[in-house]
Amino acid sequence: MSTLEIKDLHASVSTDDGPKPILRGVDLTVKAGETHAIMGPNGSGKSTLAYAIAGHPKYEITSGQVLLDGEDVLEMTVDERARAGLFLAMQYPVEVPGVSMANFLRSAATAIRGEAPKLRTWVKEVKGAMADLEISEEFADRSVNEGFSGGEKKRHEVLQLALLNPKIAILDETDSGLDVDALRVVSEGVNRYRSPENGVLLITHYTRILQHITPDFVHVFAGGRVVESGGPELADDLEKNGYERFVKVAS
Amino acid sequence: MTVPNTAPEVAGLAPELAGAKEGQGEKPVLSAGERFTSYDVEAFEVPRGREENWRFTPLKRLKGLHDGSAALDGRAPVTVPAAEGVTVETVGRDDARIGEGGVPADRVAAQAWSAFAEATVVTFDGTPEPLTITVDGPGAGSTAAGHLQLRTTPFAEATVVLEHRGSGVLADNLEVVLADSSRLTLVVTEEWADDAVHVSAQHLSIGRDATLRVVSVSLGGDLVRVSPTVTYRAPGGDVDLVGLGYADAGQHLEQRLLVDHAVPHCKSNVLYKNALQGRAGTTDAHTVWIGDVLIQAEAESTETFEFNRNLVLTEHARADSVPNLEIETGEIVSAGHASATGRFDDEQLFYLQSRGIPEDQARRLVVRAFFGEILQRIPTHGAGALPALRERLDAAIEAELAVTGV
Repeated sequence: MSTLEIKDLHASVSTDDGPKPILRGVDLTVKAGETHAIMGPNGSGKSTLAYAIAGHPKYEITSGQVLLDGEDVLEMTVDERARAGLFLAMQYPVEVPGVSMANFLRSAATAIRGEAPKLRTWVKEVKGAMADLEISEEFADRSVNEGFSGGEKKRHEVLQLALLNPKIAILDETDSGLDVDALRVVSEGVNRYRSPENGVLLITHYTRILQHITPDFVHVFAGGRVVESGGPELADDLEKNGYERFVKVAS
Repeated sequence: MTVPNTAPEVAGLAPELAGAKEGQGEKPVLSAGERFTSYDVEAFEVPRGREENWRFTPLKRLKGLHDGSAALDGRAPVTVPAAEGVTVETVGRDDARIGEGGVPADRVAAQAWSAFAEATVVTFDGTPEPLTITVDGPGAGSTAAGHLQLRTTPFAEATVVLEHRGSGVLADNLEVVLADSSRLTLVVTEEWADDAVHVSAQHLSIGRDATLRVVSVSLGGDLVRVSPTVTYRAPGGDVDLVGLGYADAGQHLEQRLLVDHAVPHCKSNVLYKNALQGRAGTTDAHTVWIGDVLIQAEAESTETFEFNRNLVLTEHARADSVPNLEIETGEIVSAGHASATGRFDDEQLFYLQSRGIPEDQARRLVVRAFFGEILQRIPTHGAGALPALRERLDAAIEAELAVTGV
């Protein structure tokens, strides 16, 4: 049973004017079988949390700990974190011209699983996962994310989630920019991934994705840390009253 | 590290040429029509390094090719296997065909022309099988002048690989003379040993409705400078020049292109991609790409595009890129040029790594993808397929990547 523990995490982003603190003491534990939603106003540091855990070089951890099953994640390279079982579905997936989706997915699966998947079963597996997400087969030959619409990129993030089956998945605003149908398809994909063995950290600004993916816990993020935690009912409160009272508390 | 054009997708004049039109900048090129040409080496001044067409080239490393001090007494043998539809002749400079492709436009090309002992003329007739011609360097410490002419007969369709390998110093002229309605696919590889210097002028002369596809691959050598000039003898010519270069620590790879549209209804498309990886404590890895396209007043309905991309993988590397387009008529289909020089994209690297792919493998994926666009022009199936060559070049690039542990 996997556990992701975030302990008093502080992080800065490098800017032209020097490092700027964003995370100010995040405490959060995500266990296998749980889905946590992190909600917060724009600029509260939600995405920074996601990227800091994944190891983006732009962010510097100034103090605190991130542990995956007791292992120090912050000591790992970006790819080691992924192989240890972390996955970040990005808000803005990166285009990699010239690298085909098929080549990319197979390279990633080989790295994560520790051996190249058997070709015949792999092709079947990919086709099945693509069909589940209503992705047409021609995408396998296209360059990674190149020329994809916003919705297509998000479907491909969830496709990778399905194929790489991480221990803990962090979904950074996977719902943003999706129309109603795409939101349903993507949410179904996330729900298929959810299991007693996997944990989900769902970062979102809006409550609408929570109508498709029911969280076990909801955390309000403001001023670079979790300011309140509760059950799904907290999301309803936010829907009604907005983030205003938390923003005031945080500042 | 110096990266002159860091802005992505710089369309239009390179920054260093800003103001050139007003006559303030350094004058980029003489117009093709004004460009001085001669077969006689003495007609050219000895370059000092300030001249527009020599300013990027480290003259000290030319082993005297530019100032008359090279002995040019070595031999760079040209090997052409016998094949149906292929005629191979060794001729003297008095052969009437020599010079049909073009006239030297710089001192080293004229030096080679003045010095070569014999020329090899290879004529392609009908639809011969793909042919590999090899040019061996004269050996370490030797200098040589060479001359090779490839020609087609009308309606011929041929695929030729021209491989350069070995050691030593070679100055040469390559003439490609395409007869009307013929088609030539030419792959030129520079896979020299580390000491080699190759300064090559390519004179590409295109007949009516003829098609030329050139893929240039520059991997080896200490200094390799290749100057292709395309001229169209009649309407309907169609030329693709694509190339890749991989400059390691201390290597100087220079590509100087001139496409001279002087007749109507011709096409040209140029795409060159270079990757650079330098090392501390050595001379910078250096690539130079000069792309001159001239559309003369008579060249109505011209279609042309040229693009240079440089991928700077490490520190201690310098990429110079100068696209230049001169248009003397507005009655054209299209004309465009662009240049982009960038460092390795950290966001791409992060994305690939975040999916578990180790950094070295992620870098290889990106670099191979970068060159893939060029290598895929080497046909791997159908008539004229060169699957073994493609595989070898793939492996050669892998090996280059492994050198610095990229």
